[in-house]
Amino acid sequence: MLNVRRDICGYCGCCVSVCPEGALELIDAYLAVDEKCTSCGICAKVCPLGALEVTHEK
Amino acid sequence: MKSKYDVLVVGGGPAGALAGRTAAEKGLSVLIVEKRPAIGAPVRCAEGIGKEALHEFIDPDPRWISADMTGAAIVAPDGFVMRLDSALAGGKVGYVLDRKIFDRELVWKASEAGADVAVKSRAAAPIMENGAVKGARIEFAGKTTDVKADVVIAADGVESKFSKWCGIDTTVPVREIMSSVQYVMTDIDIDEHATIFYLGNDVAPEGYLWVFPKGKRSANVGIGISGKKSGDGHRAKDYLDRFVKKTFPDGKTIEYIPGGVSVCRPLDCTVADGLMITGDAARVVDPLTGGGIYNAMYTGRLAAEVAAECIEKGDVSKKALMKYDRAWRESKMGKSIERNYHVKEYLIKQPDAKLNDIIHSVSKIDMQDFSTITLIKEIIKANPKLVLELGALAASLR
Ligand SMILES: Cc1cc2nc3c(=O)[nH]c(=O)nc-3n(C[C@H](O)[C@H](O)[C@H](O)COP(=O)(O)OP(=O)(O)OC[C@H]3O[C@@H](n4cnc5c(N)ncnc54)[C@H](O)[C@@H]3O)c2cc1C
Repeated sequence: MLNVRRDICGYCGCCVSVCPEGALELIDAYLAVDEKCTSCGICAKVCPLGALEVTHEK
Repeated sequence: MKSKYDVLVVGGGPAGALAGRTAAEKGLSVLIVEKRPAIGAPVRCAEGIGKEALHEFIDPDPRWISADMTGAAIVAPDGFVMRLDSALAGGKVGYVLDRKIFDRELVWKASEAGADVAVKSRAAAPIMENGAVKGARIEFAGKTTDVKADVVIAADGVESKFSKWCGIDTTVPVREIMSSVQYVMTDIDIDEHATIFYLGNDVAPEGYLWVFPKGKRSANVGIGISGKKSGDGHRAKDYLDRFVKKTFPDGKTIEYIPGGVSVCRPLDCTVADGLMITGDAARVVDPLTGGGIYNAMYTGRLAAEVAAECIEKGDVSKKALMKYDRAWRESKMGKSIERNYHVKEYLIKQPDAKLNDIIHSVSKIDMQDFSTITLIKEIIKANPKLVLELGALAASLR
């Protein structure tokens, strides 16, 4: 699952541009993640601030 | 806000503002929707633009010019500083803008020309009929309104979704997103009239770090690194913090700006039935410099010009709108994107030692003016072997 750390996110949209699934959207001042997310982690890698993390829960 | 316009523009940045203004000046009815509550804020930009480039669109105004640039410097990985002080200083080189005011001014001009503007209004989905774009569903404060249009101009920036919803793949390759952070800093020792670029794999891998003056003792201090090089412990912010700690230990940060800049090739096609894509959404940023303000304004204006012609002829099919796609690719801007893409691809592969060599040799040349093109020509002259390595590119410079 993709976790957006709202305390770190600067809502810049860098992650949105690289998401191959189109699962992210910047809605003004927050980032929305929809069900198309496959937890691939590309967004977490490019985030300039480190606000995104893929968590693996059972 | 009406329910039908000739042109609907998604996004109120430089691309959208120029599209809206141009459409209105051509006598079309046009609405610009901007999802943020305020045009121009928050800023996601280092705000540098060439003077001549800017003057193509608007007369300079001290209200939105933070600083006047007459020189630049490139700092090589080994610390060597190559100064580029223009012999033509005074008339040329660039400005550092204040985009909060600049972007607002551009939208203001669009509205003066007759464009409608709606802020905190987000295009949430396209309206499609038989595969053609016919407008968009607009969300404003919990309300949804359908706005129809003959042509939708997507000017929705790096975080663009609109074209994707219309079936166009706009995904930026990981290695070609510049993962960026910038601090607006005050109380720092800087050259007020020069932009400084720092290169090197330890400083900014596959990117660069910049100091763009914003006035006395104040500057945009930022960095972009390749998404490929980004990860925990070595993100853009980590690199920038290290630089700031060393270079401006007593400076104060008054603004904190993350961002993404695409340095990939532009979209394969920037039109569809009823749709035109402009600015960052079309991925037309200069891949070498990361500059996109001019390109956004250029494509925004051109798109509206072509839209006006097509609407008048009653044909807004992809085939008719292709005139826009062809025109920007053949333009000076289109050609320089293609050329600079090759230069970028070459430079990012060079180890620090090679970058040092290149910068040292170029610094010995007395350059009359410095645009990226002169710089590239000089780099090649100073490193004749490059002609072999960059055959196609060199040919395009003649
Ligand atoms: C850190 C950084 C430094 C930069 N430095 C420079 C520089 O020095 N010089 C330079 O020339 N360029 C620079 N750039 C690039 C420059 O900022 C962009 O190229 C430029 O802003 C592109 O203009 P645009 O109109 O295409 O997009 P934007 O300015 O991004 O505008 C797009 C607008 O669309 C809105 N929008 C998005 N989706 C929707 C929707 N669904 N509905 C309604 N509205 C929507 C957004 O809120 C936004 O306001 C930099 C970029 C970054 C991130």
